[in-house]
Amino acid sequence: MSYMDKSIKEIHKDLVQKKVSSQELIDESIKKSHEIQEKYNAFVTILDGAKPKEVTEELISGIPFGVKDNYSTKGILSTGSSNTLRDYIPFFNATSIENLLNKGAIIVNKTVLDEFGMGGTGTTGHTGIVKNPWNPLHMCAGSSAGSACAVAAGVYPYATGSDTGDSIRKPAAYCGIVGYKPTYGMISRYGLFPFASSLDHCGVLTRNVEDAAIVVNAMKGKDKNDMTTWDSSKIDLTKSLYENVKGKKLAYIKELCNVEYHKNADETLKKHLENFKNTLNICKELGIEVEEISIDEKLLNAIASTYVVISCAEATSNMSNLTGIIFGPREEGKNYVEIIKNYRTKNFSPLIKRRFIIGSYVLQKENKDRYFFNAQRVRRLLVDEWKKAFQKYDAIILPVGTGPAPLLKEAKDVIDDSTKALEEHLQVGNFGGFPSITIPNGFINNLPVGVNITGNCYEDEKVLNIACQLENKMNYKNQIAKENNDEI
Amino acid sequence: MKYKALIGLEMHCEITGTNTKAFSSAKNSYSTTPNENVRPVDMAFPGTLPVVNKEAVKKALMASIILNCKQPEYIYFERKNYYYPDLPKGYQITQETKPAPVGIYGHLDYYVNGELKKVRINNIHLEEDAASLDHKDSTSTIDYNRAGVPLLELVTYPDFKNAEEAVAFLETMRSIYQYTNISEGDSKKGQIRCDVNVSIMDENLDETKEENWGTKIEIKNVNSFSAVKDAINYEIKRQIEAKENGTYDEMEQQTRRWDDEKQETVYMRSKVDAIDYKYFIEPNIPKFKVRQEWLDEIRMLIPELPNERKEKYIKEYNINTKDAETIVKEKDISDYFEKCIKLNCEPKEASNWITTRLLGYLNKNDIKIKYIYMTPEMLTEICNSVKTGKISSQQAKEVFTLVLEEKKNPEEIIKEKGFVQNSNEEEIIDLIQKVLDDNIEAVNGYKNGKTNIVGYLVGQVLKASQGKFNPGLTAKLLNEELRKR
Repeated sequence: MSYMDKSIKEIHKDLVQKKVSSQELIDESIKKSHEIQEKYNAFVTILDGAKPKEVTEELISGIPFGVKDNYSTKGILSTGSSNTLRDYIPFFNATSIENLLNKGAIIVNKTVLDEFGMGGTGTTGHTGIVKNPWNPLHMCAGSSAGSACAVAAGVYPYATGSDTGDSIRKPAAYCGIVGYKPTYGMISRYGLFPFASSLDHCGVLTRNVEDAAIVVNAMKGKDKNDMTTWDSSKIDLTKSLYENVKGKKLAYIKELCNVEYHKNADETLKKHLENFKNTLNICKELGIEVEEISIDEKLLNAIASTYVVISCAEATSNMSNLTGIIFGPREEGKNYVEIIKNYRTKNFSPLIKRRFIIGSYVLQKENKDRYFFNAQRVRRLLVDEWKKAFQKYDAIILPVGTGPAPLLKEAKDVIDDSTKALEEHLQVGNFGGFPSITIPNGFINNLPVGVNITGNCYEDEKVLNIACQLENKMNYKNQIAKENNDEI
Repeated sequence: MKYKALIGLEMHCEITGTNTKAFSSAKNSYSTTPNENVRPVDMAFPGTLPVVNKEAVKKALMASIILNCKQPEYIYFERKNYYYPDLPKGYQITQETKPAPVGIYGHLDYYVNGELKKVRINNIHLEEDAASLDHKDSTSTIDYNRAGVPLLELVTYPDFKNAEEAVAFLETMRSIYQYTNISEGDSKKGQIRCDVNVSIMDENLDETKEENWGTKIEIKNVNSFSAVKDAINYEIKRQIEAKENGTYDEMEQQTRRWDDEKQETVYMRSKVDAIDYKYFIEPNIPKFKVRQEWLDEIRMLIPELPNERKEKYIKEYNINTKDAETIVKEKDISDYFEKCIKLNCEPKEASNWITTRLLGYLNKNDIKIKYIYMTPEMLTEICNSVKTGKISSQQAKEVFTLVLEEKKNPEEIIKEKGFVQNSNEEEIIDLIQKVLDDNIEAVNGYKNGKTNIVGYLVGQVLKASQGKFNPGLTAKLLNEELRKR
């Protein structure tokens, strides 16, 4: 009998009825962790000595979970999947982790990410690439690659993630699970290693919408250590999940979703968009009104570069604390300049250095207006467009990416100007701090694909309600990855 | 050719009047034990975030109001990015002029030798201090106590004509910071640090036109008022010499530093090599609105400032300008003075004691007024004992010294020393008779019209009484006795 492939409520019920103990859950989860590590390389650290906790009325009490390795965990190695912090053991917990621990949750492992969250392939962590549990020749996407892989493979019901561009919501789609980032400031970022502070969100990867609501309920809360948090104590994210969605209104953007806007669409993309339209039909069956809206393609095509400029600029500054002087492995050098230079040269991967250079470049006096300030202006324009839609519609529904997970050998993580808006539109959710959730909506070439629902700030309950009802109408809830190598 | 100088100041002053640091919950307090007041954010551990200390913003806005600056509609903070071992985050949280800092475009009146001057303020902004470094022979140590301490940076226009004006302004500002409890303003604890910029131009040109200005030389890390004076004077001399020997035009806009030991400015870098700090808005601190009611509330909290007190001392207490200026310069001294007056001490007497003997004692022993044994109550007691004739003014001086040295109350000392002024007429007359008997010649002289001899005789009587007799009463009685002879 296995438990780690069940939902949180199911596990909790059996814990309360003493059909299973917290220790047994840990044993199962640790055993699976080692199996998954062997096959897919999802973890930086597996905590073999994890201790059971008392089962209380808290749904997550006594149940194991995974933590992305860019969350500060007290007494547990926290590397950000970077060589710069390969020996860093924090002395404090991230607030959101502390909140989960206080409710009786048990950390069993720390999951691999793209170095400091700066990547979308799950291939740039210092411990090596993470493979997709549906087919190890494919990527998980990133940066929450290890968390997505482990949840999909049934190591535990949930793992924390972080999302700066789409780092929770894309790996969730590629691994056939649920990825949810709530409104900016609902979960404290204190203790999350920063990538781009104005875009960074904490969130969670689960196998069903209700679990996502349960876990974020436990993570959230105003934090005196994070000024951008707000009081959400009156919000219970699980409350409206099962309300009737009849009469709700959804919009999709035709420039992204209609195949005629993608001139060189391959078979996969065509299938992906067709599958998306099927999902829209299911929405209509639920009584949801679905309408097509239009947003200037020029603006949509600017999403990716706007993201690159803002995220790289903030990252350059955010990671200036990594000098090897106060923490991290100290490098040799004749003076402080050499010590810092040797440390950063040796320990950052080339991808990150590339982003630092972009970030530095766009902030330089002579470039700042052209790049940095213009990016801020475009960010504002995009957010305004989305907000305009939210005045009329309850949420925007869009396909995630251009199809299922690409092959690892095709993984490229350089920033490509020609990248399609369809691949990058989830970043608008970060520009606006919008609540945004990805749920699985089918398979293409035996690999899962996802659909995303994004709503206006503070309307998390509405977004979760629609997602939950849609999930129940489809067949992908609670699915566990089954390895499939047919296509080779 | 004659020249005139244009001098501008950047004055950094630590805010010491808050409980915690600018963006951290660590204690904001000077400590000689390294790394005592440190929270994870002060050492930039990954994932830590800044939280604005509202009290520090309040103090900064108060300074902005006092400097007649314009306050912003919203408070923003920005990152100033650069690498240095004393800067754990790799950036300093500060305020650039766009968007507006806590104060912009103000002015302040100040006095130089009794003459009223005005300086224009470009801006005042709130930022955080860096850690302090201590360089040993082969290693350096870092103390993070100072990292994150709130710092006010005030930037003036180049409105000072000479070192004296610049220093007078700095002293005025320091008084204001002390009066408002924004800062102790103790430069020995490194709480005040200045950058100075100096340029010279031909005396007959119009300094209000920027095109007439000379090459601006910035001098960094000038950390005491006397160093400000010396650095300005040195730099003016150096620049004049360059004009005279024809090398001035080759001089590029540059940053120099003041070498306190060598007493000279030393070249650091050219303007061309200036660091690009890549400022951008700190995303972890949401902008927040400065409500008019809040500003009104802060305005109400501004206490009486040094210039207002000075006016009061001159007009209400009849104290001369020089003494009034001396007393108000340091808030603690002015407070001491006001306490004496509250205790019904004669203002002029209190002023005399404070500006001469008390300040003399403080300077000689290099001690702050709050650490001395003599309280305003004790000084008032000494003054009043003289006024009521209980002790003589000569005795009072001795009591004053002994209170400070032996740490005893004036009353105790007066008792111990037997410093009671004798007003017993019988006793006085007895001694007068004796003195007159011993000075027959003088008495005869008086009878022959040498009336000025009375003073001599009074002196003899007081001397014989060991200074215990009431001098006024002694003189009156002696005159009467002389007339009887």
